[in-house]
Amino acid sequence: MNDFVNIHGLYFNRNGRNIFSDIELNIPQGKITAIMGPSGCGKTTLLRLIGGQLKPERGNIHVDGKLINKLSRAQLYELRRKMGILFQSGALFTNLSVYENVAFPLKEHTELPDFMIHDIVLMKLQSVGLRGAKNLMPSQLSGGMARRVALARAIALDPALIMYDEPFAGLDPIALGVIVKLISDLNKALGITTILVSHEVEEALSIADYIYVIASGKIIGHGTPEKVHIDKNPEVQQFLQGLPDGVVPFHYPAIDYSQDLLH
Amino acid sequence: MLILEKLRLLGQFGLQLLMSFGRSGIFLAHLLIRKPRFKKSFPLLIEQLYFIGVLSLVIIVLSGLFIGLVVGLQGYNTLNKFGASQQLGQLVALSVVRELGPVVTALLFAGRAGSALTAEIGLMKSTEQLASMEMMGVDPLWRVISPRFWGGFISMPLLMIIFSAVAVWGGYLVGVVWLGVDGGTFWSAMQSAVNFHDDIVNGVIKSIVFGGVVTWIAVFQGYDTVPTAQGIGRATTRTVVYSSLAVLGLDFVLTAVMMGGW
Amino acid sequence: MRERIIEIWVGFFMLLGILALLVLAFKVSGLSSSIKENGYNITAAFDNVGGLKIRSPVSLAGVHIGEVSTIKLDSMQFKAIVTMKIDQKYKQLPIDTSASILTQGLLGANYISLTPGFAPTFLKNNGIVQDTHPALILEDLIGQLIFSLKNPGGKK
Repeated sequence: MNDFVNIHGLYFNRNGRNIFSDIELNIPQGKITAIMGPSGCGKTTLLRLIGGQLKPERGNIHVDGKLINKLSRAQLYELRRKMGILFQSGALFTNLSVYENVAFPLKEHTELPDFMIHDIVLMKLQSVGLRGAKNLMPSQLSGGMARRVALARAIALDPALIMYDEPFAGLDPIALGVIVKLISDLNKALGITTILVSHEVEEALSIADYIYVIASGKIIGHGTPEKVHIDKNPEVQQFLQGLPDGVVPFHYPAIDYSQDLLH
Repeated sequence: MLILEKLRLLGQFGLQLLMSFGRSGIFLAHLLIRKPRFKKSFPLLIEQLYFIGVLSLVIIVLSGLFIGLVVGLQGYNTLNKFGASQQLGQLVALSVVRELGPVVTALLFAGRAGSALTAEIGLMKSTEQLASMEMMGVDPLWRVISPRFWGGFISMPLLMIIFSAVAVWGGYLVGVVWLGVDGGTFWSAMQSAVNFHDDIVNGVIKSIVFGGVVTWIAVFQGYDTVPTAQGIGRATTRTVVYSSLAVLGLDFVLTAVMMGGW
Repeated sequence: MRERIIEIWVGFFMLLGILALLVLAFKVSGLSSSIKENGYNITAAFDNVGGLKIRSPVSLAGVHIGEVSTIKLDSMQFKAIVTMKIDQKYKQLPIDTSASILTQGLLGANYISLTPGFAPTFLKNNGIVQDTHPALILEDLIGQLIFSLKNPGGKK
């Protein structure tokens, strides 16, 4: 079993704060890997590091055998064609229609004639169930629909790796169910290596093959869903069970309560 | 010590300004040093020429007309006192072609097209459209920024020329049609006073320089903005303010150089 | 379809720009190319050219027939040598034509006014105008006026 992504000894700082220290992470090929953790632990930053948008202070990130943090600009853009990323907001191009959005990567990176692009776009839209919406503008779509179109766009070039940044956030139960099904089906049908960043515990655990839990810049737990579920680390348990108080305290650091009141 | 603190803030502000200026320089270098792929980027350029140039036509033509009318009127009033009202043509033409044309067009352009560019690019940045484009392996500098830059750069001189022609005609309307200055004298005095190379060509050169500077500022501010609603608002304000100051300052420098007094 | 409309408008925009440029060139600045292509040179020496500049007009009987192309100083005679480019149409300037530097209006720019003579032969390319009158210098005039006001009826 190959690893599509290898992260070794990663250190990353931002604004003087240490985000990651000595992170060791492997993403197996063809499987769904979930990266979870409390808000602000840097999950999105990790995706950007893998995608080469950010450079680490120290450490190596190998994507598909290539050292991504040392690539030239041209090579980086070349490698990115094999990656698809779904941003939390969908990030559709607001001046283009649904059809044109999905056709964008095809028009930019291939020399395919228009009729072929037409067929591919329709196929991708069909797989997310939005072929009928192809002429709508992004502003006319609901949140869930926009995300599905963004997903169709992300798979337009049949990437080898796809990264989802908080795909479940803010969706109603139906839309939620649709996205979960799509992520799972895409992985099973096309064998795309999938990285899922989320803090929706139930949904992520239901489809992930492997899980990493990150907090305070370190990996505090990893393994298959079953193994992580029974992990004895209190931080992991607090996160998984959604306990309001535990290793991550409920109260923001403050002076004594009675002192504050009487002052 | 309060004064020391204020000085430190001032120094910090100055340094940030310098860093921002440096970033914008690097940005411009990246923008200009590219191998152009004409087939793909030409339609993008045409699209931008439409949004930036054609959609500014209305404000430019109307402003040109009004400026021409006012300069004609004010000029007539003043010249009449010296019995020199036949020089009106020359007064209107020279003021417009040398100064008002390039400068006013640039200021209007900064306000209308410049702020629109900044807002559009800033919005694309804050909704992560630029980031997702990058992640798709398409360089946003190339696809989004570059056509807008060249669109602005080409539109400005064209708009300035149209503005000047309309303004001169406005002066004609006031002076000849309304106030009775002799039409023949109006045009002939103007023609003998306005020199194509010294006045008109220099005016076009000015507006080419202004076009480059204003568009560069507008596009950079959008690209560099803090991706929040407030950030975009501040960025558009900065575009208009910096562009206006740059245009006025450069106008002085260029005029001094062109008049040969440097 | 949308692209077609955009292209049409951009084409219109560029056309408008070119049109405006032509208007500016010909109607506003009076650019004309005829003199550049076919003209011939004549020179004249002046004691004082005043405010005469290169491209100042040259006229005969008030009609614009050419312009000043160069102004140089003759360091031996200490006179200003002015070269004028005359439109080829006006080939028949008598060799005893005189040139004076006049002012347009009261405060206007200087120009050269040619007054034809009566000789039967004509000035050719690089011909020299012998009879010249220098520019009227305002200060000299005022000086003369003040002098004659102080000394009415001749010198004392």
